[in-house]
Amino acid sequence: MDTFAALAHGMAVAVQPMNLLYALIGVFLGTAVGVLPGIGPALTVALLLPVTYKLDPGGSLIMFAGIYYGGMYGGSTTAILINTPGESASMATALEGNKMAKAGRGGPALATSAIGSFVAGTIATIGLAFLAPWLVDVAVRFGPEDYFALMCVAFVTVSATFGDSPVRGLTSLFIGLTLGLVGIDKLTGQARLAFGIPELLDGVEVTTLAVGLFAVGEALYVASRRHHTEEKLEPVRGSLWMTREDWRRSWKPWLRGTLFGFPIGALPAGGAEIPTFLSYSTERRLTKHPEEFGKGAIEGVAGPEAANNASAAGTLVPLLTLGLPTSATAAMMLAGFQQYGLNPGPLLFAERPDLVWGLIASLFIANGMLLVLNLPLVGLWVRLLAIPQPWLYAGILVFATMGTIAAKPSVVELSMLAAFGVMGFAMRRFDFPIAPVVIGLILGPIAESQLRRALAISLGDPLVLLQSPMSATLLAIALIALLAPFVLKGLGRFRANED
Amino acid sequence: MTPDGASGGGQRRRVDRAGLVIAAALAALAAVLVWDASKLPSTTMYGMGPEAMPVVIAVGLVMLAIGNLIDALRGNLPPRESADPRPVWLIIAGLALLIAIIGFGGGFILATSALFVTTSAAFGRRAILADTAIALVMTTLIYLAFDKLLTLSLPAGPLERLL
Repeated sequence: MDTFAALAHGMAVAVQPMNLLYALIGVFLGTAVGVLPGIGPALTVALLLPVTYKLDPGGSLIMFAGIYYGGMYGGSTTAILINTPGESASMATALEGNKMAKAGRGGPALATSAIGSFVAGTIATIGLAFLAPWLVDVAVRFGPEDYFALMCVAFVTVSATFGDSPVRGLTSLFIGLTLGLVGIDKLTGQARLAFGIPELLDGVEVTTLAVGLFAVGEALYVASRRHHTEEKLEPVRGSLWMTREDWRRSWKPWLRGTLFGFPIGALPAGGAEIPTFLSYSTERRLTKHPEEFGKGAIEGVAGPEAANNASAAGTLVPLLTLGLPTSATAAMMLAGFQQYGLNPGPLLFAERPDLVWGLIASLFIANGMLLVLNLPLVGLWVRLLAIPQPWLYAGILVFATMGTIAAKPSVVELSMLAAFGVMGFAMRRFDFPIAPVVIGLILGPIAESQLRRALAISLGDPLVLLQSPMSATLLAIALIALLAPFVLKGLGRFRANED
Repeated sequence: MTPDGASGGGQRRRVDRAGLVIAAALAALAAVLVWDASKLPSTTMYGMGPEAMPVVIAVGLVMLAIGNLIDALRGNLPPRESADPRPVWLIIAGLALLIAIIGFGGGFILATSALFVTTSAAFGRRAILADTAIALVMTTLIYLAFDKLLTLSLPAGPLERLL
């Protein structure tokens, strides 16, 4: 289908008054929850999933788009004003943004991050709209073996390649894969790892896992080390508006950040950390004011913030066209689709173009709403940030358990939530990454069924994985990405010994 | 899960006991997977049955257990700051209380209020009575919002039936 026609059709869906209202509610809730310290976009989406239970799929996905972008905006506000990035992708923003806030330039820092996010989000969403149909054309020719190979690439890149320890990243992934096995096997109807507990037959809920790991785990972790850090909220002083000088120094970093963020987000390469840090180091190298870096340079906020938002839109490309989530947030979006029995991928583009294009169009609208809403409402968000820590985390836990209580008010489900919380605490304490667990849980069963389908078609011949050129290439990439960190580490040790 | 912060911190190149526990837990998980898979009858004619993937994942877990074991023996784990176990246990107690109240039909308001008060205490608040009042009001409002506006049913107990 012609992209313009499809997008126009999507716009027609998105501007219906009810859908505009859903987008507005989503944007508002997303920002309000995302602005709370320690809550990143993934948890924002997970916490707000129950709110959308009763809506129709179209309205709910539109609200989701708003929640997603709102959570991102909220996160950067927190990063700038209290130096607690809710997620590693906001770390670069916190680096310079918090310094700016300390120097009394919090207003311009918030403004450049909001406008930069708008610019990057808009450009990246246009990229999504044009890239998606093309990728869908490629994806319809994918066989099950190609899908399996693609998921192997995603597994390796999200867990092994970019963390500080491939062993710990892979450990997280395999815990997720193990949890994905729980429940009734879809192909044969046999129960695995259910131990005779009826609640386990349906498998582990993605939201229970994500809320347990992110919300409960975070609360436990912060409580355990409360004696170490005192968070300090920087008041927003002075003008909110950017000066002509600020604009001049911001627009190029916005565009460069977008160029880093979108392609890297669109590749199944996992995470927004890489583009944000690439953008940060690039701006640092190109700036005419190197002396300001480390003390609050506006380029250091503008670039990474744009990169962060562009890569968030980028991760929607593999999510919508291939059903492949490459970040924890994307995994939660996939869970949102699945609660309506919808599976993103080429088929969804063909069968429910109104849904997919309505969602894409809503991203533009949500982005615009955020720009209009965020700067005037910054005072409100700051007040949310000032909630005392005991009430804040007590409230977060009430909301976190409420989601599970609303979905499945059973002792087993709540115990699982608590157990995942303890696991999340231990993983934070021992520095295991958390996103791979969520990705493993949601992608593991899909990868398994694709592999088994491929083997069933080939009558059990495993060589089918290597006969398709696409699948062979992807598996080779996965293998290289898996082994590269170990080999590089070995080389590093070798060199160190030589010295 | 008791944080043995004493062994972490500055001294590197020492066997990390927590790391050993993690490695052992991964190996135990692998054993459970294999045990569970062994009870599944293999019925598939071609390709993989439901028992194949658990075994593959178990093999991966065993390799990762070895990897974690090596890291632990070399003392390669990242340094940890000391942790205060008391608030952690307090929050876990709050969660247990919540589960018990839901399990025995105490309803949403009492259960989440209990969690709110224990968590707030874990973060250093000592005004238990004031927090209880705040919690009861807040959770009642949430209950009403969900029950009346979103028509999502939350578990009802004695308090909810009064509303």
